[in-house]
Amino acid sequence: MANKFTNWVKKLFQSQLAIPIIALLILVIFNLIRDPSFFSIVIMKNNLGNSVLSGNLISILNGASELVILSIGMTLVTSATKGQDISIGAAAAIAGSVFVKILRAGSINAGTILLGLILGCIVAILFCLFNGILIAKFNIQPMIASLILYTAGRPIAYWINGGATPNVDSPLLTYIGGFIPHIAIPTPIIIVVIFIVLINLLLKKTTLSLYIQSVGINERAAKLNGINPVIWKLVVFVILGVCVTMAGSINVCRIGLINHETILLDIEMDAILAVAIGGNSLAGGKFKLSGSILGAYIIQALTITLYAMKVSSTAVKAYKAIVIIIIVVAGSPVVKAWLSQFKDKIVAKKEAR
Amino acid sequence: MANSENKSLTKKAKKQPLSNTTLLLTITICTFFGMYLLGMAIWGGGFLNPQQFINLFNNNAYLIVIACGLTIVMITGGIDISVGGTIALITMTTVVVMDDFGGGIFTSILISLGIGLAMGLIQGYFIAYLKIQPFIVTLAGMFFTRGMTTIVSKVPRTAVHEAFVALKDHYIYIPFIGIHRHGNWIPSYIEIGAIISILVLVALWATLKWTRLGRNFYAVGGNQESALMLGINVQRTQFISYVLCGILAGIGGFVYLTHTGAGNASNATGAEMQAIASSIIGGTLLSGGVGSVIGTLFGVLSLKTINIIVVASGLREPYWQSITTGLMLAFFIVLQSVILDQRKKKLGNIAG
Repeated sequence: MANKFTNWVKKLFQSQLAIPIIALLILVIFNLIRDPSFFSIVIMKNNLGNSVLSGNLISILNGASELVILSIGMTLVTSATKGQDISIGAAAAIAGSVFVKILRAGSINAGTILLGLILGCIVAILFCLFNGILIAKFNIQPMIASLILYTAGRPIAYWINGGATPNVDSPLLTYIGGFIPHIAIPTPIIIVVIFIVLINLLLKKTTLSLYIQSVGINERAAKLNGINPVIWKLVVFVILGVCVTMAGSINVCRIGLINHETILLDIEMDAILAVAIGGNSLAGGKFKLSGSILGAYIIQALTITLYAMKVSSTAVKAYKAIVIIIIVVAGSPVVKAWLSQFKDKIVAKKEAR
Repeated sequence: MANSENKSLTKKAKKQPLSNTTLLLTITICTFFGMYLLGMAIWGGGFLNPQQFINLFNNNAYLIVIACGLTIVMITGGIDISVGGTIALITMTTVVVMDDFGGGIFTSILISLGIGLAMGLIQGYFIAYLKIQPFIVTLAGMFFTRGMTTIVSKVPRTAVHEAFVALKDHYIYIPFIGIHRHGNWIPSYIEIGAIISILVLVALWATLKWTRLGRNFYAVGGNQESALMLGINVQRTQFISYVLCGILAGIGGFVYLTHTGAGNASNATGAEMQAIASSIIGGTLLSGGVGSVIGTLFGVLSLKTINIIVVASGLREPYWQSITTGLMLAFFIVLQSVILDQRKKKLGNIAG
């Protein structure tokens, strides 16, 4: 049994998840040394009178929700198209704006929320498909193709609502963005868990994952085997559209208003980082969703740690950059080769003795 | 007559097909002049004033410089999205040093080039020698520089150093070019930054065209493996491209400062994306091997001209500029892809 366990640990550390797991462990240990009560979770009464969980761990899990959802979409896009979509922040702003527009049109009840979500989803999917068609049909590099929507997306979001920061206010929305009465866990965490389970079922139980990866690994070979690369790339963008809508609407519900300039700003960069930190190649092909999800939580944990160390919110980026560089350098093939050479040398020296 | 002309043309085309670089360059230049002439014909006024044309250089000198850097990096098949942040860091540091530590113009230039060079060296090493994806490295570079800018100073600063302010406000009047207004002759002026940017552009154009290094950039971007087989040091070439881009970001930072004279954390926000967009409009392909700095210059000019046209046509709300920029990008990207696809079918892979 113990042997099995060590084998399992060994396998884990040889897989691509090794570096993100080590990075997360170091972050956790660092925080425990710095402040032993960092991970304590307390039950508090919030201003609505519900007893809810609170603490740094909860705020990490809660705050990372949008990023996790988007990094899942980004992983699939990266895998199939060998590139990244940098317009997801803008697309989320558009989806959020449509959502807010519907909510403000009438009274806010479960029906209008659902309608807003569905319409937002349709609009977001259309915009993502615009990128998808440029990428799949016209063979334009994903980053360049999505640069169009990156430039024009947020202005379109502004244009949809016609005002700077329209706000929406309803207890129903705080149920989505905050807490449902009598449930102590923040709703975004629950949504994320459900979404992860669903997408995993979708990938594991259908051929979707196989098709996406085969398109990403070798498009010609996939084509010769009867897999239409164009269609599967478009499917990936439809999934991205759903992810974008979820992230956008969760954020709207959380804050209660939409500011087209700042909603989910720079989240595309964080999502790409999450994919890379998770050990997935940005050049497409094989992917591990768990890596990207882990990467997203690492980024959020890092941010919260820095906030807890009283680093100002604008300066956080600088420290984040240093940590990111350390993680990706540790994961670079050249450094890995150096390390194994170094190990061999030591072993050789020991044997010579 | 027309027929024979046509025939001779096709014959010529068959003999020596235009390279992709030249073709895309021609399209961009035609578009720019087309747009500008359209502006002159429809709105007249400002467009007829030569100052408006020169202002395209005055106001966007920094963008021209960094877009050239990005063009070189993109020709070798990489990308650098840290340049906007580098400019912000440079402007802030320089102003703080000038105001608080008694630096002068010379120190400012030294700081600008130093920061740019350091960013280029570090990022280039990570990308070329440690083989980390350029997007991630330069993304970290962008986060680092933007964060450092606020660490250097939280509040916006304005340069008060006398000699520097004199340099900033020094306009060079061009004789014979100008406009008569209310009976007065108003000569056009050009700023120092614009002159620097033009000099940089010419130097880079010559480097890319006539030196071995320039040809190496194209070779590495076109096909890394065949470049390696030709005996080109691929890693060093990539490294140099990032160092060059860093230095150009340094120059761009100084030029930015000579235009605005202020350090601000939000300086040059989105400049990297504008620079990438300019390069693309100028006919540089992100896949590498194709592009020219002249095209990039016209890319910048087109990008800015369309903004002027949008304002002139009465759509004053700022979001219209972004939307039209997006539309223009879409037009160029699709056009390039269609043209290159057609040519691939027609010519095979002759045109490089």
